[in-house]
Amino acid sequence: MSTTLAPPREPPEAPADLSSRRLTERVFRVRETGIIAVLGLFVLITAVIQPRFVSSSNIQFILVDTSVYALVALGETMVIISRNVDLSVQSVLALSAYLSAGLFGHVHGIPIPVVFLVGFGIGVAFGAANGLMVSLGRVPSLVVTLATLYIIQGIDILIVGGNEVVASSLPSGFTAIPNVTVLGIPWLAIAVAAVIGIGAYYLRTFRSGRELYAIGSNPEGAQLAGIPVARRVFTAFTLCGGIAGVGGVLWAAQYQTINTSAGGNNFSLIVIASVVVGGVAIFGGSGSPVGAAIGALLLGTINVALDVLGISSFWDQAIAGFLLLVAITLDRLISLRLAAALRKRSAHDGT
Amino acid sequence: MEPDRDTSLAATVDAPVGWRSRIPARNMLRWETGLGIVVLAIGVLGVSTSSEFLTGTNIFNLGLQSGEIAIMALPMTLIIISGEIDLSVASIMGMASAVLGYLFAKGWPMPAIFVVVLLVGVAAGAINGLLITRVGLPSLAVTIGTLGLYRGVANIILGPNTISNFPTAYTNLGVNGVLGTNLSFSAAIFIVLAVIFGVVLHFTPVGRSIYAMGASPEAATFAGIRVKRIKTLLYITSGVICSLAGVLLTFRLSTAVNTNGLGLELDVVAVVLLGGVSIFGGKGTIVGVVLGVLAFAGISNALLLTNFNQEAASIPVGILLLISVFVPNMAQLTRRLRDAVTRRRHAAPPAPAMGSGHD
Amino acid sequence: MDPEDPGRGADGRDRGRPGQGTTPDATPTDAAQPTPTPPDLPPDAAQPTPRPPDLPTDAARPEAAPPSPAPAPEAAGPAGNGDQDRADGAPGTAVPLLSLRGAAKSFGAVHAIVDASIDLYGGEVHALVGENGAGKSTLVKILAGVHRPDSGQLLVNGTPTVLHGPAAAQDAGIAVIYQEPTLFPDLTAAENIFMGRQPLRRGRRIVARRMRAQARALFERLGVRLDPGRICRGLSIADQQIIEIAKALSLEARVIVMDEPTAALSAAEVARLFDVAATLRASGAAVLFISHRLEEVFEICQRVTVMRDGRQVLSRKLAGLTADDLVRAMVGRQLDDRAADGHHTPGDVVLRVERLTREGVFTDVSFDVRAGEIVAFAGLVGSGRSEVARAIFGIDHYDAGSVTVRGRPLRGSSPTGAMAAGVGFVPEDRRQQGLVMDMSVQQNMALASLGRLRRAGIISSKSERNFAADWALRLRIKFGRLTDPVSQLSGGNQQKVVLAKWLGRQPSLLIVDEPTRGIDIATKAEVHRLLSQLAGNGVAILMISSELPEVLRVGDRILVMREGRLVAEYPHSEASEETIMSAATGQLQGQAR
Repeated sequence: MSTTLAPPREPPEAPADLSSRRLTERVFRVRETGIIAVLGLFVLITAVIQPRFVSSSNIQFILVDTSVYALVALGETMVIISRNVDLSVQSVLALSAYLSAGLFGHVHGIPIPVVFLVGFGIGVAFGAANGLMVSLGRVPSLVVTLATLYIIQGIDILIVGGNEVVASSLPSGFTAIPNVTVLGIPWLAIAVAAVIGIGAYYLRTFRSGRELYAIGSNPEGAQLAGIPVARRVFTAFTLCGGIAGVGGVLWAAQYQTINTSAGGNNFSLIVIASVVVGGVAIFGGSGSPVGAAIGALLLGTINVALDVLGISSFWDQAIAGFLLLVAITLDRLISLRLAAALRKRSAHDGT
Repeated sequence: MEPDRDTSLAATVDAPVGWRSRIPARNMLRWETGLGIVVLAIGVLGVSTSSEFLTGTNIFNLGLQSGEIAIMALPMTLIIISGEIDLSVASIMGMASAVLGYLFAKGWPMPAIFVVVLLVGVAAGAINGLLITRVGLPSLAVTIGTLGLYRGVANIILGPNTISNFPTAYTNLGVNGVLGTNLSFSAAIFIVLAVIFGVVLHFTPVGRSIYAMGASPEAATFAGIRVKRIKTLLYITSGVICSLAGVLLTFRLSTAVNTNGLGLELDVVAVVLLGGVSIFGGKGTIVGVVLGVLAFAGISNALLLTNFNQEAASIPVGILLLISVFVPNMAQLTRRLRDAVTRRRHAAPPAPAMGSGHD
Repeated sequence: MDPEDPGRGADGRDRGRPGQGTTPDATPTDAAQPTPTPPDLPPDAAQPTPRPPDLPTDAARPEAAPPSPAPAPEAAGPAGNGDQDRADGAPGTAVPLLSLRGAAKSFGAVHAIVDASIDLYGGEVHALVGENGAGKSTLVKILAGVHRPDSGQLLVNGTPTVLHGPAAAQDAGIAVIYQEPTLFPDLTAAENIFMGRQPLRRGRRIVARRMRAQARALFERLGVRLDPGRICRGLSIADQQIIEIAKALSLEARVIVMDEPTAALSAAEVARLFDVAATLRASGAAVLFISHRLEEVFEICQRVTVMRDGRQVLSRKLAGLTADDLVRAMVGRQLDDRAADGHHTPGDVVLRVERLTREGVFTDVSFDVRAGEIVAFAGLVGSGRSEVARAIFGIDHYDAGSVTVRGRPLRGSSPTGAMAAGVGFVPEDRRQQGLVMDMSVQQNMALASLGRLRRAGIISSKSERNFAADWALRLRIKFGRLTDPVSQLSGGNQQKVVLAKWLGRQPSLLIVDEPTRGIDIATKAEVHRLLSQLAGNGVAILMISSELPEVLRVGDRILVMREGRLVAEYPHSEASEETIMSAATGQLQGQAR
């Protein structure tokens, strides 16, 4: 009898596969190191033009200024990894800043850690509301968090009104937080870096963290695989909110005068830009909070560098937007090339 | 015959992953009627809280206040129905305002300035459109980027300056209505544009194509619809309209400053979604959006009249936005909640014997 | 499995060689025996009936000696037992690992399954065959825990069980490999296998190295070489399936369901998959193999269940059955005579394709289609036919070559250009590509003709309605109202809507890709008649089809593609299923693969 489908052992596929693995890995690692390289290059060029740039006070300033953004970017990363987005971090931060810092004026002698907890709690409350609506309601997170951005902003306006928290009402221990340095490095930056490190470690080495990636990579597959999608998404949003709440407290410590414009008008979008520039795919499934933090650092550095170079700070936003576009364009072109290369490779393997 | 593959397992979605709520046409009409009732309710509420609500001057103010947002909502509607989004609208507005102020300060004649501003809108929209259609980038990410980029350009052009000495012939836009009536210029333009966009969307081949590409991008391509070209044109249109809105805003406020229009993009999206347009694309009507504009404007205005902190108007808008996305899903939502509860009750290992073997 | 002799099963029995199986002619006596067929089968089982579509007969295998002595059924092939054939054909192990008894499932008004039963025994590969719409998918979903049957019983190891969801099915040891694998493209192969069950160390932290090692071990058990650290994005379907199977193994699945796994695989990948199935079988698992390629069924399966119209009409050991029997059970009627309808004399060349090439997809494809002729593109799934068609129409691009319609070259990558030149394209995937499911019947029909239906820029709703009503009548489309969403129509009527959409443009060249996939028999015949009529009116038709009877019935000229190349061309008079199939699988006379 003829053998229509002769079963001789297949030639080993390992060589081809390993090299395609190496190819994909190389590309992904390039992405993360790429942004570090851009950052380094930027710093280098600016330092050459204006050596004042790398003064210790500047570096400290950059680190402190970026800390809040990097911290909130951690929460936002978790949400984006799961193929969602949280636009409301801006108003959560603003409200938390006002309420928690205002505590100092209302409750004399309140310990600073308690204030942080309150900020966290406020953020968790709103984050949980977001999470419930997105996970149970199966409503797109863009719309939900757009709405809660609005609502919380309105609540903030109602509560704050024309008042503001003034620096004088804040205890010196609190306002000193951004200024404390350890070996020349701001303690705040170290603390935030540690938290981000913990977050990144969690996402990499714990099952629930990996499941977030799975949810973002293939939502239907995640459901079929028995992953508790609703629970994970809910947790991501809750944590994102809580972190934004803590960010609010830090903002208060940094800026000390809190009114309705706390956080700035584009906070959410700057955070999202940092996350995307930092290599987190906008549709989820890949990326790391470390990359997001570097993205935030890059954006913050550019701000200061422009200032030092004498370029008006009015260029900041344009550059941030431009960088975001460049980042996603590069990502797209790279992934297209990669897909084509992989396709050609498997085609030539004669399979 | 076997039924479709069960696609309702998709988790939260922002990407065009193909999760579609199966709303038949009848439901859409139900949304418009519901919204119409809401608008009437707002009207009644407004009148009851303030006797000035339905006066001529107030209608004028209402139109004035929300005119630019209303105008920008029209191209946004088409973009969202086609399956995309444009978050850069307010930044294009700001950029147009900045160019207007800058060139005016340089002594350019107004007509020339208008042409340049128009071209700026075209360029801004074209960049959006090309990045999204040619490079294939997701519109959410792109327009977040151009939101920053264009606002940044406005910043660069104007810097800290404020231009405010525009000729009264133009700034009277903010004072007088069309031909002495109580209809503000921007409201009038909105009405005209709404008719045009409505006709295009609901009655022309291009409009039908927009619905098709939003509902089923593949099928649209296979039917020979030039998806990329139409989407690029939609973004260019949006850019032009937003420039127009920027000009109107500048004249209304008699001021060109780099923060003109800051944050308005979310208002525009809210208004469109409020109008019953599905964020997933393929569904929505201009009528709904007009009603959404009225609802939004009515709320803002009513709050203004009652000396309620007008900026907190974002609360009812936000709530309405949530309602606009939850209500169509109500049936599914209650079923899912019920399932979640019963699943918890059935967490025990399966029963050993089954009678008729039923749920 | 005995590594020295893959032909010998774990129990020492001769499993036969691949390709041998229980081919029909090996048991000439069976044709005369009444096989245990259901009552409604026509009583002509003894008469020679035409070969079923996909089965290569011995004529295609030059080495085969047709009148080979009939081996006794028990040892004839991959049957895993030497026991007596019991009346119900059950093997030695008394209790099936998984059983479905008398299940029914409806979705609204659609009765997907009416009364279905199936028993899956360990150590067997069990085939599930049936036409599209027979209920196979729903059955699989019930076994997978995705749906719960409205009535009937599911028994796991003899114990009645209710599966509350896919997770429960997984716990019960049931794994399903779907046609479209649902992997996580951004995660590694190892992570995909162990998602949710990654090996942990103290503090519940994942040990990536151990996970990769375990994945590697699984791959070795299956006899394949895949890198567990490879991100799954860009992996071939075949590799993705292997990962899914590895996952099933890691879950200690005892029942593995494969849903049309070979549809998108090359011959080498199919061979690898069959080895894996044999490994699984040897380990005592039950494999449910759903396929419409009967030669594959006879190659690796020991038992078969045929479904038709929501019930199983046949469920027994494969030994003693012919492919013919299976086909008749699936179809329930006499196969149509192969004689073609009147074929017309072709006119001028309408389509000329020259050396069309797209790297990695198809190479050097050249052919003509004339007015009034129907050219059928045959070949296995994945041979590149749809890609060529899409490239001609402009949906996909091509790297080299040219396309000319009615003498004028067609610019690539422009569906509008193709349409303007008079080309129409009925795509393969009706629901995603052919129709906008949310739109109405009327709107779908008009979608490609909007330019002609407008007056002063506005679509005239009266013209649209008349247009739609006219074509609905001509094609005898059944619907409620023209304004109903097209999703409410049956598959056959939906396909007619797609056809109407293109016919409304009076194309000179109509490309149809799988025109009758998923359509009931009656509408199938209508569509064939329609195509023939169109050809009679001078339209040039290029038809892609994986159904050989269709190719033979409708095609004037048959072109066969294999792995991206045109390998054979047969005028209608010279074509037969055997010749086409051999060309499609690369077994032309005297030629090894």
